[in-house]
Amino acid sequence: MSTFTASRAPGVRPRNLRRLAARVLEKALIYFLLLAGAVIIMIPLWWMITTSIKHPKEVFAFPPTLWPEVALWRNYLEIFEKAPFGLYIFNTSYVVFMDLVGTVLTASMVGYAFARLRWRGRDIFFVITLATMMLPGAVTMIPRYLIFKEMQWLDSFRPLWVPAFFGYPFFIFLMRQFYATIPHELDSAARIDGASEFGVWWRILAPLTKPALAACGIFTFNATWNDFLGPLIYLTSSSKRTLALGLLAFRGPHRTDWHYLMASSVIAMLPVIIIFFFAQKYFIQGVTFTGVKG
Amino acid sequence: MTVTTTQPPAEAAGASQPRRHRMSRLARREEIVGYLMAGPWLLGMVWFIFGPFGAAAWLSFTDYDILTAPTWIGIENFDVMLTEDPLFWKSLSVTTIYAVVSIPLQIGLGLFLAILLNTSIRGLAWLRTVYYLPAVLSGIAVSFLWIWVFSADWGVLNFLLSKIGIPGPNWLTSEDWALTALIIMSLWGVGAGLVIYLAGLQGVPTELYEAAEIDGATRIRAFFNITLPMVSPVILFQLIMGIISALQVFTQGYVMTAGGPNNSTLFFILYLYRNAFRFLKMGYASALAWAIFVYILLLTLLVLRSSRAWVFYSGEIRGRA
Repeated sequence: MSTFTASRAPGVRPRNLRRLAARVLEKALIYFLLLAGAVIIMIPLWWMITTSIKHPKEVFAFPPTLWPEVALWRNYLEIFEKAPFGLYIFNTSYVVFMDLVGTVLTASMVGYAFARLRWRGRDIFFVITLATMMLPGAVTMIPRYLIFKEMQWLDSFRPLWVPAFFGYPFFIFLMRQFYATIPHELDSAARIDGASEFGVWWRILAPLTKPALAACGIFTFNATWNDFLGPLIYLTSSSKRTLALGLLAFRGPHRTDWHYLMASSVIAMLPVIIIFFFAQKYFIQGVTFTGVKG
Repeated sequence: MTVTTTQPPAEAAGASQPRRHRMSRLARREEIVGYLMAGPWLLGMVWFIFGPFGAAAWLSFTDYDILTAPTWIGIENFDVMLTEDPLFWKSLSVTTIYAVVSIPLQIGLGLFLAILLNTSIRGLAWLRTVYYLPAVLSGIAVSFLWIWVFSADWGVLNFLLSKIGIPGPNWLTSEDWALTALIIMSLWGVGAGLVIYLAGLQGVPTELYEAAEIDGATRIRAFFNITLPMVSPVILFQLIMGIISALQVFTQGYVMTAGGPNNSTLFFILYLYRNAFRFLKMGYASALAWAIFVYILLLTLLVLRSSRAWVFYSGEIRGRA
């Protein structure tokens, strides 16, 4: 990203040696602080990963070992025997997939309608959309639960993904902002060529918004993959558990098996970490484009 | 609205204005397509947001245990909440302390690190990745990780503290330290704000600093008179989003401490959850939900009102990558 390479340090004048020394010292201090911070940030992750491959005896060794004497990678296989993590991952993936499709599709379509089409009430509805972003989810939690109960949808995955197809305001806002940056010549030309409004969106403009769609997709993936309160409220039977609920249940009988708990936590975090490394660009674009962490 | 002021919506459909007069049939078709395409969200707003929002208001005046029909009890829920329920006040104060301590720390630390990162150093992309990584991790796995970090006897934190001669407390099982521990944990996500501040800092025109240097301003003055005003809109937005999310913290309290010890980490949403889904007091829980809504609204308005005194808009900086 070109914006991050901008340099604004004024040129050093070699004649002024004292100033040069001060500059070098300052730079060293900055590096030291940043590296120290990076190490501190990484310690918890390091602690989790090393614990996950320790022998149970070594887990409770004092002083703790920074790297296990014997790295037991088989801890990761054993947890799949202790609990149906395969099922949990499958359930979570299903919810995440449906939620992802719904969120991205609806955000793109509604964002287009807000940015590109003229219809009565559009601007007022957009302001209302922004206002709903500020509305705490806690206020709607109980009536939503009652609605889904009335629909006999409790203990099913539907309460977790059906709302996605009706749009989340944050992502609609993100897409709308992105559409607003695309020049109008493109869709005008397509309309003159006889494309329908729907076709202009689907064929001409939507493909141009891939970076924003990617940001929406990644944020949704993260939020849904990690969601805890939603599954906790809506799912009850053990065969429906998502990874979050699975982890919670797993902790019950394995409260002191920290090597297993950490191994399962690593597995729960792994998809998010992998996607982060591959798609960091879109994360940062999405975050800085909207100013929200998503 | 804050959002409109930080990100003024670009005039979107201005180009289609003249068409409206010439081809009203097309304009009408555009209008219909507009409603159709925005339709799911317009429905969703009613079904999932404003409907439930209103329903919560109505429920807050009822006694409702799900099993029998709700009965209207007037303002009794609010009366009990404000006068007879010590846990309401406890959870409100726990949540407020959490927000009041963690949000300024997150903003201050994030801004400080962003300024350090913005000094044309090598390895910027690498460091940014490291700082940002924990910010994308959340949920129960992170809570497990921190339980283990905070473990009094075998945790890495107390081990490191013992290395420098400080005996660490029983973080999560001590009434005095549990909330502090959760605040420390919240700082792990400092990278999210950092990335936004960094983008904001890079939008500050270099000429301003050059002019200040020519005028002989010290760097501390340049920070307070240039940097801080220029990123103040970003800080405002982070502050408001921080308030909204910090006051709704749930997972840590549920998983790591179960609200304890002695309710010292009884976050408001955790208390609400218990009332709704454990005690099946849906009416009372709805009253709690409205209370936190009003509380968040008041705090947000207060911040917005104060922002006139400390937020500077120059129209030139936009935190955009």
